[in-house]
Amino acid sequence: MTPGAYFNNIREAVTTVFEGMSVTFSHLVRKPYTVQYPDRMPIRVQDTLPVRYRGRLHVDIEICTGCLACQRACPIECIAIDAAKDPKTKGITVTRYDIDLAKCMYCGLCSEPCPTGAIHHTSEFEGACYAIEGLIAHFVKEPFTAYKRKKEGETDPGIKELLDRGLRYIGEFAKPAAPEAKGPSERAGETE
Amino acid sequence: MQEFVDGLIASGALPAGMPTWLLYAAAMLVFGSLVIFVFALLVAGVTSWIERRVWGRMQSRVGPNRVGPQGALQWLADGIKNLLKEDIIPTAADSKLFRLAPYVVVAGFAASFVVVPFASKWIIADLNIGILYLTAVTALVVIGILMAGWASNNKWSLLGGIRSAAQIVSYEIPAGLSLFPAVLLAGTLSMQGIIREQGWAPWDWYAFHNPFAFVAFVIFFVSALAEGNRTPFDLPEAETELVAGFMTEYSGMRSLMFFLAEWGNLYVIGAVVTTLYLGGWQIPHVTDSVILTQVLQLGVFFLKAYFWVFVAMWVRATLPRVRVDQLMVVCWKYLVPIAFINLAGTAVTMVVLHEVPVLALPLRLGITAVALAIVVAFFRRVRYQLRRARPELYLSPVI
Repeated sequence: MTPGAYFNNIREAVTTVFEGMSVTFSHLVRKPYTVQYPDRMPIRVQDTLPVRYRGRLHVDIEICTGCLACQRACPIECIAIDAAKDPKTKGITVTRYDIDLAKCMYCGLCSEPCPTGAIHHTSEFEGACYAIEGLIAHFVKEPFTAYKRKKEGETDPGIKELLDRGLRYIGEFAKPAAPEAKGPSERAGETE
Repeated sequence: MQEFVDGLIASGALPAGMPTWLLYAAAMLVFGSLVIFVFALLVAGVTSWIERRVWGRMQSRVGPNRVGPQGALQWLADGIKNLLKEDIIPTAADSKLFRLAPYVVVAGFAASFVVVPFASKWIIADLNIGILYLTAVTALVVIGILMAGWASNNKWSLLGGIRSAAQIVSYEIPAGLSLFPAVLLAGTLSMQGIIREQGWAPWDWYAFHNPFAFVAFVIFFVSALAEGNRTPFDLPEAETELVAGFMTEYSGMRSLMFFLAEWGNLYVIGAVVTTLYLGGWQIPHVTDSVILTQVLQLGVFFLKAYFWVFVAMWVRATLPRVRVDQLMVVCWKYLVPIAFINLAGTAVTMVVLHEVPVLALPLRLGITAVALAIVVAFFRRVRYQLRRARPELYLSPVI
């Protein structure tokens, strides 16, 4: 090793350590990138998700028609519905509506055939619980007569609200979007 | 220490008939255990938390901030967790040596606290060979590490232990040689004696006494990092190659003891650097109260020493680990020759300054100005890094 190379090595060691230390020191005053999920977020993560996000399933049992379309659509049979025709009232009595969310694969096929949009995805994704049975969602508290759509339109304001939401859900998300519903230019390259 | 016991005897607080050496020994044991069990454990524990926070921020992360206010009790939680864990001794290990090794390492670290000064009157024992004693007992750590490496009966542990032995034996030489300029300048080996020879002002510190002493100070810090198995010289426990090196097979409390020695040693390194080259506990005269003076001195000394602990964390967040051959090259080709030159240079400077005493103060002021210029240049460089990256700034340590 020549003396020149020797002293050059020393110079390089000192200057590169100096430079490196300045880079790390500057990081000491920078804002960390860490997102402190879940308790130190400016807003809940659920509220930041896109509208089509497929989170936990929820059933608005008040507008469920008991048609079993969702149960038939489910590819893994995680939906269990007990519904029978009541001979006296001609209505359908639903005694059980359970969804096993531990089995559910969030494909969304159940929400597409629903006539009223009763079964739909929410943006809730925090499903941790202490026993796997806790993931079975029971939507029927006590047997009830299933909802039947009225020709003249809904009059009960509470149910009308649910129905409007459900029908909007079907109209916007559950059916494939029509080509003209897309934006003019920015979605031109998107393939459906 | 001795003065304190003498004072107690004179004031009649202790029975007069007892032999004084017994009282000295008893007082030393009491204060020694206090320093080790209260101060050293606390410093080592809190350092582990501060290191993880500083390290996190330097990597744009947060670091532990959940246990206690800002995660300040994280070290306690980790310690309790490790104490409650099972103490596994491998079947094929040499069980006696395996169990003994952590105690040897901790003994080496604890014994060094005997001569670490805290204030002008607060030191467990101001040995007249203080700094020599310190170099001797820290060598005990290498025996413990070798024992751990050999007794584990594991190839990673053995490689780690052997590397550690090679490394510490090599780096003892530049470290030892870089102690000598300060010893030459002070004319004593006693820790308190070296500090007493310096002054409170930066230009009275030995680091800025002459250019050779300044380089010796840098070399001492680098070698001390290597002796303490710290990055960039943490080859004995290189995670990427050796799992955890000599402590691969250790679990629970025994592995905790190795960590205790590692983090505690950081403070000892800082304290020794401060003692030898940075004026120790020297403060300007501010008050006549003895106790207050001691407390101020303790504060100044602790801040100076802990700054070097911070620098060690900072280096760990910055520099990559050196290769084994590079480790030896750095030591034998660069640090050892330069350390010898420093020793000779300091001696020559002392002779010259003895002949021409007028030069002494301008030389000191000049070196201090150069050091200040380096610090200013450093912060200008930091500002450049920030301007170039235009990051979102977050100046508060609380997050």
